[in-house]
Amino acid sequence: MKSRSSRGDERDANSVVNGKSILNGEPIPKDGRQGPKNPYHFRFALDSIKAAWPICLGYLPLGFAFGVLAQKAGLDLLDIALMSILVYAGSSQFIAVAMLSSGAAPVSIILTTFVVNLRHLLMSSSLAVYLRGAGRRFLSVFAYGVTDESFSVNLVKFRAGGWHRYQALAVNQMSNFAWIGSTILGGYGGQFIPAGSFGIDYALIAMFLCLLTFQLRGRLYVLTAIISGAAAIGISLVVPGNGFVIMASLFGATAGFAFKRYAQRKRGSYA
Amino acid sequence: MLKTEYILLIVGMGLVTYIPRYLPLFFLTQRNLPRWFIEWLDMIPVAILSALVFSEIFLSGSPRHLDMLQIKSLVAIPTFLIALKTKSLGGTVISGMILFWLMEWIS
Repeated sequence: MKSRSSRGDERDANSVVNGKSILNGEPIPKDGRQGPKNPYHFRFALDSIKAAWPICLGYLPLGFAFGVLAQKAGLDLLDIALMSILVYAGSSQFIAVAMLSSGAAPVSIILTTFVVNLRHLLMSSSLAVYLRGAGRRFLSVFAYGVTDESFSVNLVKFRAGGWHRYQALAVNQMSNFAWIGSTILGGYGGQFIPAGSFGIDYALIAMFLCLLTFQLRGRLYVLTAIISGAAAIGISLVVPGNGFVIMASLFGATAGFAFKRYAQRKRGSYA
Repeated sequence: MLKTEYILLIVGMGLVTYIPRYLPLFFLTQRNLPRWFIEWLDMIPVAILSALVFSEIFLSGSPRHLDMLQIKSLVAIPTFLIALKTKSLGGTVISGMILFWLMEWIS
């Protein structure tokens, strides 16, 4: 008991450098746990619902589209539900279903999933700053719900201050239920919808496009996107298989990082 | 695909998805990553998403080949603009699907 509490203190002291977020150096509120502190408070729950509903609304068409495509690929309702519960990552689930229908080996599907979902590493890293002092059990449950969307919403809320980690967890889990429910619904509805109708094949591309625009936060990111996209096309025409996504991403990110460093150094010399 | 093979597949997918979500939460609440590594990681999402988008809209067939002017890439332009304007995931997905559906129906 005693050793556990002392470790908790140490964690609190080390998670933030000089009161600033490690990611972007922005000052973070001294106490990120203001607002209604009582989890049974009505406003406490209401704020979570308000933050989560746009995510849930966005997941409905996406989850439904995934369910329909999965049903067309020969998965039954239980298969779909299990995948949504165990994996819970929209884009990689779409890719997995596409790869399953083209007869890809399970190992290559798992590898692609790993590559596509590696981006959550960064998201969890940014969120970690605001979760200092949380127990190991909380973190292991919270990690499950870190998605592009819940991350974006929770980070904005944490930065604004007064966002309790349980409210963040509630956002994660409401989104999670919306995703699981809508994919099952799509799997059920799929049998009434002919393949390729309503432009459902475009759902994944549209989602990627939208998530991409969220990431274009400046000229440097646009440049990185163009380099990475061009590299993906170039490599995919030469190298067979699905490895080109990770190769192009690593190349593009490294090039973008190099440009950033170059710009910083140049600016520094003129300053 | 056998049922057990499918279960193994999704358990594997679940693990490789969960681990990158969990490790930073576990370690970064205790210590910090080097700054250059965080800055490099910051470039990863945009690079991955762009690689995925470009390969989805500009490639076709198998063996795959470059096809710059196809319905997928043409529809991407208004869809991209809608995403920029509305910043809404659900709205973008629905408009993209409708545009793609219309274009396929016309052609």
